[in-house]
Amino acid sequence: AGLASPRPGCAAMSSGGTLSILRSDSYAELSQYRDQHFRGTRYDQERLLRKSCTLYVGNLSFYTTEEQIHELFGKSGDIKKVIMGLDKVKKTACGFCFVEYYARGDAENAMRYINGTRLDDRIIRTDWDAGFKEGRQYGRGRSGGQVRDEYRQDYDAGRGGYGKTVQCQ
Amino acid sequence: MSRRRHSDDSDAGQPHKRRRTSEPSEIEERLESLICRVGEKSNSSLESNLEGLAGVLEADLPNYKSKILRILCTVARLLPEKLTVYTTLVGLLNARNYNFGGEFVEAMIRQLKECLKVNMYNEAVHLVRFLSDLVNCHVIAAPSMVAMFENFVSVTQEEDVPQVRCDWYIFAFLSSLPWVGKELYEKKDAEMDRLLSQTESYLKRRQKIHVPMLQVWTADKPHPQEEYLDCLWSQIQKLKKDRWQERHILRPYLAFDSVLCEALQHNLPPFTPPPHTEDSVYPMPRVIFRMFDYTDDPEGPVMPGSHSVERFVIEENLHCIIKSHWKERKTCAAQLLSYPGNNKIPLNYHIVEVIFAELFQLPSPPHIEVMYTTLLIELCKLQPGSLPQVLAQATEMLYMRLDTMNTTCVDRFINWFSHHLSNFQFRWSWEDWSDCLTQDLEKPKPKFVREVLEKCMRLSYHQRIIDIVPASFSVLSPANPVCVYKYGDESNRSLPGYTVALCLTIAIKNKASNDEIFSILKDVPNPNQDDDDGEGFTFNPLKIEVFVQTLLHLAAKSFSHSFSALAKFHEVFKTLAESDEGKLHVLRVVYEVWKNHPQMIAVLVDKMIRTQIVDCAAVANWIFSSELAHDFTRFYIWEILHSTIRKMNKHVLKIHKELEETKARLARQHKR
Repeated sequence: AGLASPRPGCAAMSSGGTLSILRSDSYAELSQYRDQHFRGTRYDQERLLRKSCTLYVGNLSFYTTEEQIHELFGKSGDIKKVIMGLDKVKKTACGFCFVEYYARGDAENAMRYINGTRLDDRIIRTDWDAGFKEGRQYGRGRSGGQVRDEYRQDYDAGRGGYGKTVQCQ
Repeated sequence: MSRRRHSDDSDAGQPHKRRRTSEPSEIEERLESLICRVGEKSNSSLESNLEGLAGVLEADLPNYKSKILRILCTVARLLPEKLTVYTTLVGLLNARNYNFGGEFVEAMIRQLKECLKVNMYNEAVHLVRFLSDLVNCHVIAAPSMVAMFENFVSVTQEEDVPQVRCDWYIFAFLSSLPWVGKELYEKKDAEMDRLLSQTESYLKRRQKIHVPMLQVWTADKPHPQEEYLDCLWSQIQKLKKDRWQERHILRPYLAFDSVLCEALQHNLPPFTPPPHTEDSVYPMPRVIFRMFDYTDDPEGPVMPGSHSVERFVIEENLHCIIKSHWKERKTCAAQLLSYPGNNKIPLNYHIVEVIFAELFQLPSPPHIEVMYTTLLIELCKLQPGSLPQVLAQATEMLYMRLDTMNTTCVDRFINWFSHHLSNFQFRWSWEDWSDCLTQDLEKPKPKFVREVLEKCMRLSYHQRIIDIVPASFSVLSPANPVCVYKYGDESNRSLPGYTVALCLTIAIKNKASNDEIFSILKDVPNPNQDDDDGEGFTFNPLKIEVFVQTLLHLAAKSFSHSFSALAKFHEVFKTLAESDEGKLHVLRVVYEVWKNHPQMIAVLVDKMIRTQIVDCAAVANWIFSSELAHDFTRFYIWEILHSTIRKMNKHVLKIHKELEETKARLARQHKR
């Protein structure tokens, strides 16, 4: 039930009155990242991000399976679909995925409680996605995987070892 | 105590100069921010911050009185963990401006009435407590507070009202006494004795049949799970016996006693509890969760006893902090760990106990389960040298008491523990639990370990689990989640339907259409030939078997493969599973193929309900069938059943909402 609306000149509770510190929901906010390949205006993109039920999930191990992702992300609500990110050339997992929920509230809870925790011993990162479109399941790096694995200098056993440029040296 | 001039405080710079160039909404935001932040970590003392803020607000009263009243009423309602900070602030304002104090009290009473009218009983308790602490700040006269409590307690004399109504008024009275019991008793001891005696007789005659339903453990040892009012009553009785001496609550107003006792007090207007109506919904009764006592932390500060009022206050405040900051896990963890009295109480133990109290709350936790897992991880990050040990100790204690734990709570324990371990490389001293290996595998302890290992596997993979447990635990390890295809082996070629299965496999691999599938399946004999109802689409269990086994086997690679298969051959499924027996048989075959992979069964059942291949009734019949009796106590079965019921509920709510919206649209059209 709602609260009484304020009458003029009276210090009654304002409707739904709360405090901005209690409204804070930083984990569920949009990040700075915007997909540069998005077709449409920045305004359209942000509108879609704000009502999206789809999350991008990054820093996965190449060996992490859809089943593991389903189990973990299922903890914040019913999952509609998981789409594994694939190397464009090899068509094998390349360390990211999309998770789509039926309800935005469930996606928000994933941003609040699953983002920044571990899957396959790796801290995974989630971010709002404007919605899956065919083709977006492929890595955009020159070698077929993700861009970050092209230029990576460190050795990461879960992501094919050294970065591609390092491997080619 | 030195009192710095408020102009020294950088927050309260030159208010009048700044204001003339700022928007009113900015002023309100700034005021709200100033008020909300007082009491947070600061270079100055709390007392000087309060005094500074009181000065700023007093100066702003001529222009912003109603905004300040609104903000103060809101913090009273929504920040109960900082109760005494804000009552002190109001006390200081009242001492400087008597009229303002009176208006604030009136605004609070109006807000209290509003809350009760709209069933916001939890927030109303905070308001009552705030009012009672205002007695300590010389804002409200003690006798008028006692009079309000007299009206509260007299609710127990009402006839034909729900017990939970009387419960709330008694709770509001008793739970304010840790703050104001001493003052009220000093001023009105005879009246207070009468109130306490009336309370006692109410508590003796009220029904408590809800208690066994809400207890996390059925056993009373080592800690009885007490009904919440019984526990509070014991705590207040002990407080009274201790002559109302309460030493835990931080009372900033004590430092301002010389200023506050000069202030004029206000009388609360006579408060009549709003009558019970059909729309009144009171809070549900609770059972107090306890898992620790002073023996659990022999090295550290002593944990207040279960019937000490300190324990009540600490638990209330920690629950309030979680309620305020549940969306912001880092803030929540930091706020919990900065609860005052850190070195006098074993704070880590209190925090862990309060979190498990919420996680195990029956019927449901106040917040989504995964929040508590992540909150505990944040707390471990902030206190890496102490909190993980407390958590390990808690886990051990919960394990020891599995025999009497409510099954729903065991389920939550399993989910929490497996998810927690997956964030810490599954490190655990499994050998400590070797005692469970000698027990019957259906007993709670071995069953718990089996279910934990199964859930751990879901978050990793089979070999990982084999690697992390000692060899002796292999009997409890989960099965390798492989698909069982009955037509896979040459040795099965004598099975009826074997050749059709081969044919089907080739056809599907060659991207056959639904029609081609139907024509292949026509060759499958029907073992129930006599039951042919002449319509052509009779229930043919062998057809279902051959089709479903073959398809699921071909699509076994991943969930996505299986979902695609269900979608591509949806028409075939619908036809074969048209009858109720058909639906049931589809589920049986799914089980036969995937009995080693309960997670796969669960997602397939979910997909089949959503695409209407099977319905909820079929799932229920399948779960309660005799074929599944041996798995009846495995948690995946209940996971599937609960998920099915939840889907059904959501669906009913959704179409109900659509119906109401359509009705409203129709009504609007008729008006034109």
